[in-house]
Amino acid sequence: MKIDHEICGLCGTCVAVCPVDAIRVTEFKVILDQEKCISCGKCEKICPFRAISGGAE
Amino acid sequence: MIDLKAKYDVVVVGAGPAGSTAARYAAKGGAKVLILERDREPGIPVRCAEGVSHRGLAPFIEPNPKWIAAKIDSARIFAPDGNMLQLENIGTGYILERRIFDRELCNLACAEGAMMLTKADAIGLEFDNDQICGVRFRHLGNEHVVKCDIVIGADGVESRVGRWAGIKTACDMSDIETSVQYTLTNIDADQNYCEFYFGDQMAPGGYTWIFPKSKTSANVGLGLSGNRISEHGPVHYLDNFVKKRYPNGAINAIVCGGIPTGQPLKDMAAERIMLVGDAARQVNPMTGGGIITAMYGGAKAGEVAAEAVQKQDFSRKFLMNYKKRWDQKLGANHRLMHKFKEKFLFFGDENLNRLIATCKKMPRENLTLREIFFQAIKTDPVLVAQLAKDFVVSKLNV
Repeated sequence: MKIDHEICGLCGTCVAVCPVDAIRVTEFKVILDQEKCISCGKCEKICPFRAISGGAE
Repeated sequence: MIDLKAKYDVVVVGAGPAGSTAARYAAKGGAKVLILERDREPGIPVRCAEGVSHRGLAPFIEPNPKWIAAKIDSARIFAPDGNMLQLENIGTGYILERRIFDRELCNLACAEGAMMLTKADAIGLEFDNDQICGVRFRHLGNEHVVKCDIVIGADGVESRVGRWAGIKTACDMSDIETSVQYTLTNIDADQNYCEFYFGDQMAPGGYTWIFPKSKTSANVGLGLSGNRISEHGPVHYLDNFVKKRYPNGAINAIVCGGIPTGQPLKDMAAERIMLVGDAARQVNPMTGGGIITAMYGGAKAGEVAAEAVQKQDFSRKFLMNYKKRWDQKLGANHRLMHKFKEKFLFFGDENLNRLIATCKKMPRENLTLREIFFQAIKTDPVLVAQLAKDFVVSKLNV
């Protein structure tokens, strides 16, 4: 999965749907743990700004 | 870093309305409390449509023009076919300035003796023999540990504190609304009415809202259900709406966020931990309103935390008293609203049109939100049976 930090609004909605706790939001940046990520695509689908890409389907 | 104690009774992660209220009531009950806030200041970035009712707010804080942008007591509801239902005097509501409101709530907590630190990003819990004993956080480039007996997770929709403690907080896609809102200026806003628009073309599985903040500005936003998202995200729908409704509107803020609209967590508490607000999924599943329910959760969690400190009993059993108290007041209503939401997700434009048309024919004095709700339920006899039990226990606080 890839996060476009220019588009990201730091809202944390992706964190809420992540089934494996692979995402965290800091004050300035969303950080994705590629090792934990299972590429399920939920974060991509739910992101209000469509800042995430590269998931399942 | 300023001098913190090595140990607090209670550490609250997150300084939104839930966290600051929890801190306030815990400190008031005699507990030593520390609030950790990730951002530079509470209330920023705003992730909220900023609407609350007077009735809900007043028990927690005296309404103050400092953080109230507008006062409203009427609403307009638009069906997919454009039919409009006008509801007058349905109770005083406020459109808040959250950035000021949130800080004021923190001031109240600190006035009770709570300590607070901003730019303090919680990154994990500390354990001693599998028991929670503190919180790890980053502050200005350094990592710190603060010890405590109870952690209160008020970290919003993300709800990571709960996960660290082993509580399942991840949201199903059907239980989250993905939302975007513009604060528009240079518009001709009708200050007397909040407006709500429904329909599959407008906001599948959600609704569009207009909350006027002044004569010339309003929060205009919408939410889509996570399981009704297809090709387009919420920005697409909002842009389409704004282009038609306020073609000259200028955007002076964009807010985005997820609204948890599932059942409240079963495990609002476990040993040495409590979750409050969005983190505990304490949002009205139908309206998406979560400020008052979060403050109520915070107050009850804070009270129970202070009692636990007095008794030195941090067991799951004792801390779950918090959930009991929350449930007593809000549980039945939330369960009902959740069932209604599940139905509403696939209600369809035809049913919505019929519902609004029926309500328009009703005498004005009968036109309460409660009555509209009943009319909606009537469209589905199976649902009526399912909900009958809930009606008995619910106070229908809609």
